[in-house]
Amino acid sequence: MSIFKGRPIIPGNYKGECLVSRNGVNMLATFRKSILTKSKKAVCMDQNNTDLYKKVISDKIICLPRTIGSTTGGIVIQTAAGMGIMPPALLFSEHIDPLAAAGVLVTDIWSGKKVITIDGLGHDFLEEVKDGMILEIKEDGTVILNIANK
Amino acid sequence: MNLTAEEQEIFDGKHGETLAKVMRTVVSYGDMFGAKRLVPLDKPVHLVTSFGVTMLKPLYDIMEELTESELKVKMPFTVDPRPFDNNLDNNFIESLLFRLVYGKQKKYEQQLFAVGLKDKKAFSCTCYMPEVGNVPEKGDIIAWAESSAVAYANSVIGARSNRTSAIIDLFCGILGKTPEFGLLTDEGRKADWIVIVETDTLPPAQILGSAIGIKVQEDVPYIKGLGKLLKNLSKAQINDYLKDLGAAAASNGAVGLFHVEGITPEAKESGQNLIKKEASEYVINDNEIRQIKNSYPILWKNKNSEPDLCFIGCPHLSLQQLEEWTNSLHNSLKQKGMKRLKIKTILTAAPDVIDKFKQNEKMYTRLKETGAFLSAACALMALTNPLYKKKKVITNSNKLRTYTTARYYNDSEILNLLTE
Repeated sequence: MSIFKGRPIIPGNYKGECLVSRNGVNMLATFRKSILTKSKKAVCMDQNNTDLYKKVISDKIICLPRTIGSTTGGIVIQTAAGMGIMPPALLFSEHIDPLAAAGVLVTDIWSGKKVITIDGLGHDFLEEVKDGMILEIKEDGTVILNIANK
Repeated sequence: MNLTAEEQEIFDGKHGETLAKVMRTVVSYGDMFGAKRLVPLDKPVHLVTSFGVTMLKPLYDIMEELTESELKVKMPFTVDPRPFDNNLDNNFIESLLFRLVYGKQKKYEQQLFAVGLKDKKAFSCTCYMPEVGNVPEKGDIIAWAESSAVAYANSVIGARSNRTSAIIDLFCGILGKTPEFGLLTDEGRKADWIVIVETDTLPPAQILGSAIGIKVQEDVPYIKGLGKLLKNLSKAQINDYLKDLGAAAASNGAVGLFHVEGITPEAKESGQNLIKKEASEYVINDNEIRQIKNSYPILWKNKNSEPDLCFIGCPHLSLQQLEEWTNSLHNSLKQKGMKRLKIKTILTAAPDVIDKFKQNEKMYTRLKETGAFLSAACALMALTNPLYKKKKVITNSNKLRTYTTARYYNDSEILNLLTE
């Protein structure tokens, strides 16, 4: 078991399976098709993201360095959350970027929905975490990697 | 964050609950990035969200709350292009599908006007074109959201904007202030990367920008070796080149500012003092440019299909680019003894730029004779039409390639495909 500590941006407790993107996640490219087709689940359609491309992401904790790409990213997060297809948690190894920050904040303050968000978990976190691991997230920003469940 | 007495009053709800929510959102946003204060905006905001997609209900709810509270921006703003254009020879089903996908367009535009949109022509991703008029000066503090416009304003003009997220842009416009952090600070504008361009000739801006974006992601690059390759271009052509480079770097990564040695204003002023001591290095040669271009996946079902639609102008073309494309298309057709372009081609530019272009009757007639269409729509949003998505679209835009199934070609390749 490995334990990492980050900064809780939108705090919460959650336990579940994760997917990992080693490179920045482009929220518009990822969710665009799922949003436009009113899909019940989100499938990543970002052709540049070889880690997540064509994977179902809506029920997984997403581990990532940051988000990138279109500045509509924040609205994309809020819309996906409104549709119920936003991943339950975003775990950033780096400092959160302005697009993701706006998305989770506006979703919380204006829509009353929470996407648990922790940033600053560190480079080692992204090195160690693997697809399919069960992660336990605590509201103080602690993330426990349960390697036994991999 | 330290707030002034007036800001604190707004935060505490003494000027209404909705304005308090706007202030709390912007302050929390700034707090996440260690901003110490809010700073006044020098020029209007530019919004990224211009499209009335039915599914964006949370956005329309916020807009409704703002308008019900009679909140408006301090300075009339501009916004990204409209998502479709009914003058593009669309068939009945295509037009119908546009109206279905963008079912909230009319209502959303009413909401935009209610909170202070500049005018009916204020729809372009290149709001900084002189014809459009949302033009900051060097050192101006702004809060823009369109990623390609942010890269241009910061890099080519030397204004100061973060890559403001959608909706935060509008909130900053309402407050007339933005949190001071990141690219608004001297330290935040220093380069984390030295990019050394070692190509034999000027590389396509869209590929160079893509390579830089993929490598540096959200960091600030200081580009060496490009100045000498740009020396035969006019000032306007250099600005167009940097516009397209920035758009590709912003969409393939998250670049909000780049410096070009001897070219961009801050690089001219401060030179290598802009580079951080621990900056990493990235060398781009002809082989790297080739590899980056070859790495783009082709998302057409049949990779050998003939293209049936071409978009040129993402981001929107400048007046100079419109004229250059008009001449290139005209001359290439003439050389090959052809009358019309082989593929339906749409050139996109800001409404005000198109108006100016049309004033030159000779040029406008020349373009019409090629069979090309001229539109102020957003190519990226246009391709959300389910029928358009089935088409084999080609483009010279790396941004369009990134977000759609459009296939990327360099300018010269596009010209050949259209007139072969």
